[in-house]
Amino acid sequence: MRFMVIVKATPESEKEGALPDPQLLLEMGKYNEELIKAGVLLAMDGLHPSSKGARIKFSGKSRIVIDGPFTEAKELVAGFWLWQVKSLEEAIEWVKRCPNPHAGDSEIEIRQVFEMEDFAPILSEEQIQHKVAKRAELPNQTAKK
Amino acid sequence: MSATDPHHATHQALCRTIEAVWRIESARVIAGLTRLTRDVGLAEDLAQEALVAALEQWPQTGVPDNTAAWLTATAKRRAIDLFRCNAVAERKHEELARELEALEQTVPDLDSTLDNTISDDLLRLVFIACHPILPTESRAALTLRLLGGLTTDEIARAFLTPEPTIAQRIVRAKRTLADKHIPFEVPRGPELAARLSSVLEVIYLIFNEGYSATTGDDLMRPALCEDALRLGRILAELTPTEPEVHGLVAFMEIQASRSRTRARVTSTGEPVLLFDQNRTQWDQLLIRRGLTAIERAHKINTTRGPYLFQAEIAACHARARTPSETDWHRIVILYTELAQLTPSPVIELNRAVAVSMAYGPQAALTLVDALASEPSLARYHLLPSVRADLLYKLGRRPEARTEFERAAALTRNTRERALLLARAASCETDPTNP
Repeated sequence: MRFMVIVKATPESEKEGALPDPQLLLEMGKYNEELIKAGVLLAMDGLHPSSKGARIKFSGKSRIVIDGPFTEAKELVAGFWLWQVKSLEEAIEWVKRCPNPHAGDSEIEIRQVFEMEDFAPILSEEQIQHKVAKRAELPNQTAKK
Repeated sequence: MSATDPHHATHQALCRTIEAVWRIESARVIAGLTRLTRDVGLAEDLAQEALVAALEQWPQTGVPDNTAAWLTATAKRRAIDLFRCNAVAERKHEELARELEALEQTVPDLDSTLDNTISDDLLRLVFIACHPILPTESRAALTLRLLGGLTTDEIARAFLTPEPTIAQRIVRAKRTLADKHIPFEVPRGPELAARLSSVLEVIYLIFNEGYSATTGDDLMRPALCEDALRLGRILAELTPTEPEVHGLVAFMEIQASRSRTRARVTSTGEPVLLFDQNRTQWDQLLIRRGLTAIERAHKINTTRGPYLFQAEIAACHARARTPSETDWHRIVILYTELAQLTPSPVIELNRAVAVSMAYGPQAALTLVDALASEPSLARYHLLPSVRADLLYKLGRRPEARTEFERAAALTRNTRERALLLARAASCETDPTNP
C-alpha cells in the first residue's frame, strides 16, 4: 500500500525566502537515501512558502482566487513523500526514523493513498463498457494499418 | 532506551509495530549476523529468536529507539551463549564467541561509518540467498524470507504452496549452503555476471508469479509484485553500476504501472488485454520511474542485456497514449535484437505479435506457423491464442475458433480460459460485418 507522508509547515518555514538549515538538509539527504536503499521511496518534493501559492475558492459556479501567504502555518504543507510499504505501522516506523524536519516543533502526517481497488465498485461498469467498446474496434484496427 | 507509551498500545498494535520493525530491519540484522557467524541459517535462527525476545520484552519495556541495534545485540548474545556451549567440541566456536564478545563492547549503531559495511553485507546476503547451487524455487523462497522479511506462511500463500513445503524448502536450502560451505561474499570478476543473473532471475520469477499467476483464480497476486519491486529497487542501490539490474527494475516498474491501477483486470477479475486497457489508468509515476531506470542503464553503457530489452519494449507501450500510437516498428527491432541475444520460441512468438501490428497479420502468421513444430511450445496456450487472433483478423473465423478453443484447453488460469472461450464464441459472427 502507498502512503503520502506530509511534512507540515511552521511559521519559520513559511517565511519569505526561507531555506532549510544546511545541517538539517544533510541529515534529510541521508534519511532520503535510507528510504531509497530500502526500496520504499516512490516520490518526494518540498514546497515553497505559501506566499508563492494561491487558493481558489469554489462556490457553485463562482471561482475566487486568493493569493498567498496563508495563515495557520501548521495546517499548511511544506513537503511530502510518497512511500510504498506493507502497512501503516511500517510507515510510522519510518517516520520515527526521520530527523526533525524543522528547528523546534514540527509535525508529520501519514495518509493512505487511494488505490484503484478502493474504487472497484464504482469503476466496474465503466471499465466493462470501455472494454466492450474497444473489443468491437479491434479487428478494424489492423485493417486500417 | 525510551518507551513509547506501552500502556495505551494494545498488544495487537504492538505486534503490528514489531512486524513493521522486522520488515524494515530483518535483512540488515540477518546480513550482519551472517558475517559474524559465517552461517546464514544460524544467523536467521538467531534473528528469529531476537524477534521472539522483542515480542516478549517490548510490551513491558516499550519499543527501543534503535530497533536494529537491539535485535542485533540480542541475537549476538544468543550466539555467544550458543558458541560457549559448543566451545568444548569445536575450537572455531570458541574463537567466534570471543570475537562476538569483543564486538559486544563496541557501541552498536548504524552510523555512516557502518553504512558501507551494511550495504556490503546486504549484497552478500542477496548473493547467498540466490546462489545457483539452490533450485530456483528455493532461491525465491529464501530471498523473500531473508531479504523481503516475509514469513514462511506469507510465502506459502503467495506461491499457493502448502506452508510445510515452503518451510522444508527453506530448511533444505540453508542446509545446502552450510554443507557446501558457500562463502558469504560478493562474487568478483567473471563469476559476477553469472551470479548476478541468478539473482535477477529470482526477482523476475517472484514478480512474474505475482503478475501473472499461472494457476488459480486470481490473475494477480499484487503483493508479490510489490515485494519483487522492492527487492529490485534495493538491489539497484546496492549495485548501481549494473545496467541489467536497472533494466529489470525498469521492466517491473512499467509492468506494475498497469497492474496496480486495475487496468489489467476488471473488478470481476477478468483479464483485460493490453489493447483494451484504459491507459488513463496506467500509473504515470511508475512509468516515469521505469523510464528513469532505463536512462540509468543507458548511462552505464550502450549494450543491452535481456532485461533492458524487455524494459524498452514495455516502455514503447507505456509511451503510447493509445494502442494505435505504439511504435510497433521499434518493438519489432527490439524483439529481433533480443531474439539474436537469447534465441527463444517465446520471444519469437512475441516478435510475431509485434510484426502483425507493424506489418499486418499475414506476415505474422508466417512466423507463427514456423513455430508450430516447436516442442517447447506444444503446451503453451499463447501459441494457439496468438494464431487464433491472427486468423480472426484475416477473416478465417472457423480456423480461429478452433485455435481459441485449443488455447482455452491449454491455459491453467480459469479467468483466461473464460476470455478465450468468449473469443471462440465471437468467431460465430459474420467476418464481413464484425
